[in-house]
Amino acid sequence: MYKIIRFVLLDVLKSKVLLSYLLLLATITWGVFSLEDNSTKGVLTLLNIMLLTVPLVSIIFSTIYVYNSAEFIELLVSQPIKRTKIWTGLYLGINLALFIAFSIGMGIPIVYMQGFEIGLMVYSVGVLISCAFVSLALFSAVYTRDKTRGIGAAIMQWLFFTLLFDALVVLFLFQFSDYPIEELMVGITLLSPVDIARILVILQMDIAAMLGHTGAIFKAFFGTTWGLIIAYIVLCLWSFIPFVISLQKFRKKDL
Amino acid sequence: MIEIKSLFKKFGSLEVLKDVNLTLNKGECVALIGPNGCGKTTLIKTILGMVLPNAGMVYFNQKPVLNTVNYKNEIGYMPQIGRYPENMSIGDVLQMIKDLRGNHTTDETLYDAYKLENILSKKMRNLSGGTTQKVSATLAFLFNPKVLILDEPTAGLDPIAAEILKEKILSERENGKLIIITSHLLSELDELVNRVIFMEEGQIKFNYEVNALKQITQQQTISKAITYILKGGNHV
Repeated sequence: MYKIIRFVLLDVLKSKVLLSYLLLLATITWGVFSLEDNSTKGVLTLLNIMLLTVPLVSIIFSTIYVYNSAEFIELLVSQPIKRTKIWTGLYLGINLALFIAFSIGMGIPIVYMQGFEIGLMVYSVGVLISCAFVSLALFSAVYTRDKTRGIGAAIMQWLFFTLLFDALVVLFLFQFSDYPIEELMVGITLLSPVDIARILVILQMDIAAMLGHTGAIFKAFFGTTWGLIIAYIVLCLWSFIPFVISLQKFRKKDL
Repeated sequence: MIEIKSLFKKFGSLEVLKDVNLTLNKGECVALIGPNGCGKTTLIKTILGMVLPNAGMVYFNQKPVLNTVNYKNEIGYMPQIGRYPENMSIGDVLQMIKDLRGNHTTDETLYDAYKLENILSKKMRNLSGGTTQKVSATLAFLFNPKVLILDEPTAGLDPIAAEILKEKILSERENGKLIIITSHLLSELDELVNRVIFMEEGQIKFNYEVNALKQITQQQTISKAITYILKGGNHV
């Protein structure tokens, strides 16, 4: 399988899209840090930009890449290689390439500028978000044969998790503001990888105190070691479960 | 060598294979013929595990092939329309497949005959249909497989290249390999095959040794014999 990973990795690294992604992230990172003198504000700005761009690039790029590899996949299936290995190789190869671009463009600079505590948190969350959206891309790409529809589905997923989900949560909050739904909110947050990521980072900083009562309950959950571990596990599940479902589908797919 | 037992396949509501039973043995050179859309390519893809059947089973050397891959080491497959990663060069494709198959002794007869060495750096997307077919043919024969499955091998090849391929098929037949060819050019099958399987609407209509076929129909060539049967004369 490592041969497939290596092949996909080299193929993605050669593409100009990945290089532009790296340059984009690097520009944002250095730009934000040189404009903001308050480093907490800098990390927050960066976090918000990261939670928009990383999912977008991860999901769209992987979807297009999977569709463009249709011939490659077909060729591999006619060779003595297990389908599980082909699909897993594709998943890991894309992830690895995006990981390298993210690390160089954003992850390592943040750790360098912000120190280990906050820096590593933002870095790891960014990597997991990237994996989660590659996983979602594979999921939607395996279910739709048509490329245009597949890319459409990818954009819809991105819109849903980065914009629509928050809007729905706010709507929900206002509708049920008379009830004690703060604990429920913690559970709802876990339904979106982007929100888990955002809350994880925000709660590591002092500004969490400004979030009011709900913020305190979030802090009581995510602030503890167990809360942190659960949040990380759920983020990992987000990068794993859609992929496993797509793998099951791919094993039974006619090519 | 390859045994197919009551194979069914549906694409949506379209029944592509309906109860196909077939036994193919070592040393045979079989022509799989039939009108467009009769299920030839689907049958081939099912043997290769690219299409998964709804019911029935394919056996390779008495072992069921469903969800296994090792038997593909023994098969060389030349697709009807070779589709390759566009941004790879011919050299990349050959190297990658060699890499994936591991250390085999390779048979580079076609590689040399088609002079692929001179165009190794050409990208797959810039190749003409015929050159892509040459690459497909080279890949199919490269690992000296015991079974060769050739889907419309000569379609798109120029006469010289087609002749080279035919000679290669004949020499592999002498080596006792199982060769399965689908083709619409019945005239070119005469010198190659010793068995003819005719499919129609997902079913096998008849399956004869070439000599028997000629005897039954009293015709000299395969194409005449097939036409004779299809016209309904003396349906056997």
